[in-house]
Amino acid sequence: MDKATPLGRFWAEFRESHIATAALALILAVGTLALLAPWIAPQNPYDIGTLVLMDARRPPGHVGANGFVYWLGTDAQGRDLLSATMYGLRISVQIGVAAGFIAFVVGATLGATAAFVGGRIEMLVMRFIDLQLSFPAILLALVLSALLGQGKTQIVIALVTAQYAYFARTAHGAASAERAKDYVEAALSTPLPASRVIFRHILPNCLPPLIVVATVQVANSIALEATLSFLGLGLPVTEPSLGTLIANGFQYMLSGRYWISIYPGIALIVLIVAINLVGDQIRDQLNPRLKR
Amino acid sequence: MLGFLIQRLIQAAVVMMLISALVFIGVFAVGNPIDVLISPDVTQQIRLDTIAAYGFDKPLWEQYLNFLDRLVHGNFGRSFVFNMPVLQLILSRLPATLELTVAAVVGAMVIGIPLGMYAGYRPDSPVTKTIMGLSILGFSVPTFWIGLVLIMTFAVHLGVLPAGGRGDTVAVLGVEWSFLTLNGLSHLFLPALNLSLFKLAMMIRLARAGTREIMLTDTIKFARATGQSEWTILRRHVLRQIAIPIVTVLGLEFGSTLAFAVVTETIFSWPGVGKLIIDSIQSLDRPVMVAYLMLVAFLFIVINFLVDIAYAALDPRLRTRRA
Repeated sequence: MDKATPLGRFWAEFRESHIATAALALILAVGTLALLAPWIAPQNPYDIGTLVLMDARRPPGHVGANGFVYWLGTDAQGRDLLSATMYGLRISVQIGVAAGFIAFVVGATLGATAAFVGGRIEMLVMRFIDLQLSFPAILLALVLSALLGQGKTQIVIALVTAQYAYFARTAHGAASAERAKDYVEAALSTPLPASRVIFRHILPNCLPPLIVVATVQVANSIALEATLSFLGLGLPVTEPSLGTLIANGFQYMLSGRYWISIYPGIALIVLIVAINLVGDQIRDQLNPRLKR
Repeated sequence: MLGFLIQRLIQAAVVMMLISALVFIGVFAVGNPIDVLISPDVTQQIRLDTIAAYGFDKPLWEQYLNFLDRLVHGNFGRSFVFNMPVLQLILSRLPATLELTVAAVVGAMVIGIPLGMYAGYRPDSPVTKTIMGLSILGFSVPTFWIGLVLIMTFAVHLGVLPAGGRGDTVAVLGVEWSFLTLNGLSHLFLPALNLSLFKLAMMIRLARAGTREIMLTDTIKFARATGQSEWTILRRHVLRQIAIPIVTVLGLEFGSTLAFAVVTETIFSWPGVGKLIIDSIQSLDRPVMVAYLMLVAFLFIVINFLVDIAYAALDPRLRTRRA
């Protein structure tokens, strides 16, 4: 990429960290697997017609009745775990990205608007957000998903409610600094509507810290969703994410059938740790105090 | 200062009222507890009598007012499932959770602070790289997953530690404790380790950052000039200075440890408050859910209030500024 553009310079600096580059490659690979799961998975694990009950709870490498090789073993319904893990990744990534994105939009809008408007409204909004931040996100998500019930939409709502405050806090801090600058004053002296100044002038300049929060929060959403599904509060069994798969395997773990929980778990950990590593690198690069 | 105090107290009371209304309406929206309480084949008369006995036939706002009235009298109602006063139920489960939380926090401090101080003292050693790598794992890997791996390794594979329950307990002052028996300790070890890993990662980072900063100051230079050994310097000068922020963060994190105990207790079948709330969500035990949420909210508001007061006591600008 061209080194002359800011993005090009950013990318060149990013590539200097081998760990972060490897993590990014891993995220892309896992993302592709998740995206293409319906086309490349060896089996459609939710098409009951293709499942062979005789092959249930078989260890990794088992060769099924019809010559099908279960590389990662099968679960209690005889589903191929390789396929189930790929489909589970798909759902986990969908939910993590959707919740992260919506929380980004809601939080950034709220934080930047509060900083722009100022006065009593700003104080009230930020006081509320501080209060929410002092409350653990996991507990809030737990209660909300218990109240809303199971389902994709419900869990996304619960995750967004638990996480938008981080974006709002960050956007408010950045926007407060931008608000005092001359270019905002200049934009305000023209007859532009306030919303345009907020979204087209202030927010784009607040993006760098928000992007760091976004990477961390996507990883957090995926972990939170998995935790909720594991506790039986997240997604229904008909739409199993990685957390649901791990929960299903938990009861067989004590009898030594480790593979039902382990492989979806490894997929989950790899995804979360990779996203966090990339987030760490971006944060270090954007931190002016660490600049050489 | 008094004005500031009163202002914050009123704010806390308003927030508590808001939360109580939200909790009540929210919990009200979950399922119909009557279906759980009585079997479907009882007569219509018994059904109506039960509904009337619990006050479910009254309008929502009247139920809420009754609920508030009972709340200020310290009456949280009776659990539908256990058929005992909720407050008593929660109090009976609290020692188990407290024991687990304290064990986790103390463990995280005892292991995390020395590791973090070492990492800050020798920032470039390979041991430090390992410690920091592990702390990243502790931060990002979900608690429930670590719990599963612990059970699989120590309970299933090696068979050296039990997978769940509290084990033998000893009653002290009428409360059962696990940590006083060898068997109970072996049951406590895995869940406490599981719960402590996140805090451990945080302790390591805090201690490392503090140590790195303080090692560069003149204090350390002068201490070295007086001929004190490195060990004495670390213990007398560094540890004392990093202790203040660590204790502050620990106090604030105590609440979130209670929240994460929900996950750990579920995995290890630890009979504490966290397991109680998950069970009561699944069995639609409304009074328990409401009481738990109110108690947690109350705890957090008290912690926030104390932090505000402490900051105001330390920073005079906060006292005079009209917040």
